[in-house]
Amino acid sequence: MEHLVKEELTFRDFETDQDVRWCPGCGDYAILKSVQKVMPVIGKEKEDIVFISGIGCSSRFPYYMNTYGFHTIHGRAPAFATGVKLANPNLSVWQVTGDGDALAIGGNHYIHVLRRNIDINILLFNNEIYGLTKGQFSPTSQTGIKTKSSPQGTVDRSFNPGKLALGAEANFFARVIDIDPKRMSEVMIESEKHKGTSLIEILQNCIIFNDKVFANVTAKDVKLDKQLWLKHGEPMIFGADQNKGIILNGLKLEVVTIGENGITEADILVHDAYCEDNTLHNMLISMAIPEFPVAFGIIRQVKGASFDENVWNQIAEEKTNAKFNSVDELMNSGVTWEI
Amino acid sequence: MSKKVEDIDQVVIKFAGDSGDGMQLTGTQFSNTTAFIGNDLATFPDFPAEIRAPQGTVAGVSGFKIQFGSNRVFSPGDEADILIAMNPAALLANIDWIKDRGTIIVDSDNFKIKDFEKAGYKSNPLEDETLAGYNVIEAPITKLTKESVADCEIENKFRSRSKNMFALGIVYWLFSRPLKVTEDYLDVKFGKVPEIAKANKQALKAGYNYALTVELLPSSYKVKAASLPAGKYRSIMGNEATAWGLMAAAERADLNIFLGTYPITPASDILHELSKYKNFNIVTLQAEDEIAGICAAIGASFAGSLAVTSTSGPGLALKGEAIGLAMMTELPIVVIDVQRGGPSTGLPTKTEQSDLLQSVYGRNGESPVIVIAASTPSNCFDFAYMAAKLAVEHMTPVILLSDGFIANGAEPWKIKSTATMPDINPAFAEEGDADWSPYVRSEDKLNRTWAKPGTKGLEHRIGGLEKQAITGNVSYDPNNHEEMVKVRAEKVARVANFIPELEFNGDENADLLVVGWGGTYGGLHTAVSSMLTEEKSIAHAHFNFINPLPKNTAEVFAKFKKIVVCELNNGQFVKLLQSELPQFDYLQYNKIQGLPFSKGQLMQEFNNLIEA
Ligand SMILES: Cc1ncc(C[n+]2csc(CCOP(=O)(O)OP(=O)(O)O)c2C)c(N)n1
Ligand code: SF4
Ligand SMILES: [Mg+2]
Repeated sequence: MEHLVKEELTFRDFETDQDVRWCPGCGDYAILKSVQKVMPVIGKEKEDIVFISGIGCSSRFPYYMNTYGFHTIHGRAPAFATGVKLANPNLSVWQVTGDGDALAIGGNHYIHVLRRNIDINILLFNNEIYGLTKGQFSPTSQTGIKTKSSPQGTVDRSFNPGKLALGAEANFFARVIDIDPKRMSEVMIESEKHKGTSLIEILQNCIIFNDKVFANVTAKDVKLDKQLWLKHGEPMIFGADQNKGIILNGLKLEVVTIGENGITEADILVHDAYCEDNTLHNMLISMAIPEFPVAFGIIRQVKGASFDENVWNQIAEEKTNAKFNSVDELMNSGVTWEI
Repeated sequence: MSKKVEDIDQVVIKFAGDSGDGMQLTGTQFSNTTAFIGNDLATFPDFPAEIRAPQGTVAGVSGFKIQFGSNRVFSPGDEADILIAMNPAALLANIDWIKDRGTIIVDSDNFKIKDFEKAGYKSNPLEDETLAGYNVIEAPITKLTKESVADCEIENKFRSRSKNMFALGIVYWLFSRPLKVTEDYLDVKFGKVPEIAKANKQALKAGYNYALTVELLPSSYKVKAASLPAGKYRSIMGNEATAWGLMAAAERADLNIFLGTYPITPASDILHELSKYKNFNIVTLQAEDEIAGICAAIGASFAGSLAVTSTSGPGLALKGEAIGLAMMTELPIVVIDVQRGGPSTGLPTKTEQSDLLQSVYGRNGESPVIVIAASTPSNCFDFAYMAAKLAVEHMTPVILLSDGFIANGAEPWKIKSTATMPDINPAFAEEGDADWSPYVRSEDKLNRTWAKPGTKGLEHRIGGLEKQAITGNVSYDPNNHEEMVKVRAEKVARVANFIPELEFNGDENADLLVVGWGGTYGGLHTAVSSMLTEEKSIAHAHFNFINPLPKNTAEVFAKFKKIVVCELNNGQFVKLLQSELPQFDYLQYNKIQGLPFSKGQLMQEFNNLIEA
């Protein structure tokens, strides 16, 4: 008896024959590998997946994915991705972008794609530097950073991609780390399931121009104390001894130790990623060392209608009460006369 | 009591008033009725950039000019036979553009001292010598309008609002037009507020009866129907025609339209029009800016839609980088530039032809694209259709130039049937073609194929980096780059094999060939035709295809002794001709006033050139 067996895809099916041209040791490699491993499990055929990027080291990504891909222009990937998804909502659309691409030249598109909530996944490779143009500071670089374009150190304030996203009404925001492929993959799978714009900020190490900028959070010896991995419904507990937690003290978050000062596990905040109100999500996104650990995982995951769905629903509705069924009918309507 | 009826064959009327007086509506209604009874016509709306410029000032005057007649009409005309001036400012703004002994109808209720002083008159123009030599009709329009709506249950502040309809009624009587087209329009427009519809209709009727009764008007006129080709007609405006041309193309090519755009005068009506017909699978994205508009459209093009972006000069400047990407990735897109007065913000509501060089050359790198230009309100339909066809068959961006003059102008249009339009065959790649590569080209057009996501087996990557011939992989090879630059140029050059040849009107071997392009067709045609009836040695060739030029251009130019290139800019097409066809000498006639050509000025200039 013959069976129609659907061909199982593996990560190899998503590799291309192009040489990967990132610097040896660049964090981008690990992200590429994770994405290639995630693709076979998102339930989409290869031909229904599209990778769209802007310009930057990170934006070379589509050339290395054996799917449909479009390497576009600096900062504008959200607009291209919007066009692709609106034209064919059946496609799984992934946008790859850097911190300069998304937040400097592309800042306007970044906020508007989130505001509209079109159903795409955005992978924001945040290395806090301009890699491709050889090392100038970016809008996420820490104040004071010395780079080629800031030999005396920057006096610019930086901003936080997650807070900006929530300001733009983002429904899905997650933060992961390039060197933690397992949790990165889990979050990516969730992002694909989420209807609407999913934004994943990936802390990515640029070994050449900003090496170890995240080391004080990601290094082996500190990571347990400096990373808070959030899971919906679970208490915000972290630390090498799993005895540190986050509580709300008045209008502020505070780190506490379970067992000290009468604190028990019951006092610790339980993560609610589904909460419509984003106040607490904002506070979690803002947490920074040394006072706090950095929040990772899916911080916000709120359901809502997606833009592409709304657009096509409106078109369907227009069809049911259409006055004209063809362009000829339209052109022959209204005031006409015979000569 | 019966009045004299005179036959005439060509009339220019100018409606002018404050921008809140409804002059555009009045003009449009007069045009629709006039088209309906079979006259040929051309219109020219002319309004201030400010939505509500200070009331009663010249800056706030909104005007609408129409020329109509029993012969073919190609332009809205120069000087008006009749001016309807709703206030002193409207009079002042137009007085230099009235024919000697022309008729001026004014709302005499608006000529109080504060009114004429606000407009800039020192004394009342109705009482001093200002209007000597004109046939002035002083009608108390505001007062009579209020009386005519006395029985309507409307708010007091609306009682004088229908004075534009009263004025329209006078003009309808003057030219023996029926009221029905406008009455029907008012019923539909104010269907939800019947008392307002009633007030407007009563004012219209009252104006008509007033003109019939009073002794001020010596006679009414009859303008016989024009001998247009038989068929079914409607009135059409340029931007509307552009939208419909795209819709017809999408229907024939079996593609969905995706318009990504950002509002800008005078292009926004294309967005407004397409947004009405979403039932035809039209997606209109009002993006966050012009760049996002075109980038989303290019994304949709990649995914297999008929991609369109619409803008004016400043927006085209923002779109340059993205047009370069579409050119490089060889994806189809129609980029519509409804030109307005530049540079910078320039004269947003005025017309100009000053984006030609920006369209042809305004991008980084070697970046040729097809550039075509519509030349009348109604042929915006044909050239929008053509732009879509060329884009999806040749796999390249096409810039379609329109301008404020033809975009807002209206004329009667013999309704086309989409079935009579040429076939459109998008260059789609098919599933299952084992030899397929993204940059394999056709032999005749040199186009690559269009492999849309969702097609099994054709997964591929494109982008703005230089690509290897055939495979499309990123390539930095020096010889490959040169080859690719040349092949992209050749691809656009070969479009000349697929477009109509240049024609001309007039005598072969004439002393003077008048060359124009785009929206100046009507003005140039009118002037040249007039001179031809005077047996002047003149001809006119008009360009709709700018890049590439029609194949026979040099052949046509060689027939004539002198060539004058006429443009509403400081000389742009002439620069292109000088570089493409340097073997000819070109004279220039340029007007840069935000206004169309005037027939009188053109004829004088051409006569001088012939005699020189
Ligand atoms: C219009 C335009 N301006 C500037 C550039 C130069 N440029 C390319 S990538 C880039 C910054 C890249 O930084 P980021 O987005 O953080 O990406 P990374 O290389 O760090 O991954 C710049 C300034 C460009 N390609 N196009
Ligand atoms: S410059 Fe930095 S970001 Fe770019 S490839 Fe090298 S290591 Fe990666
Ligand atoms: Mg970066």
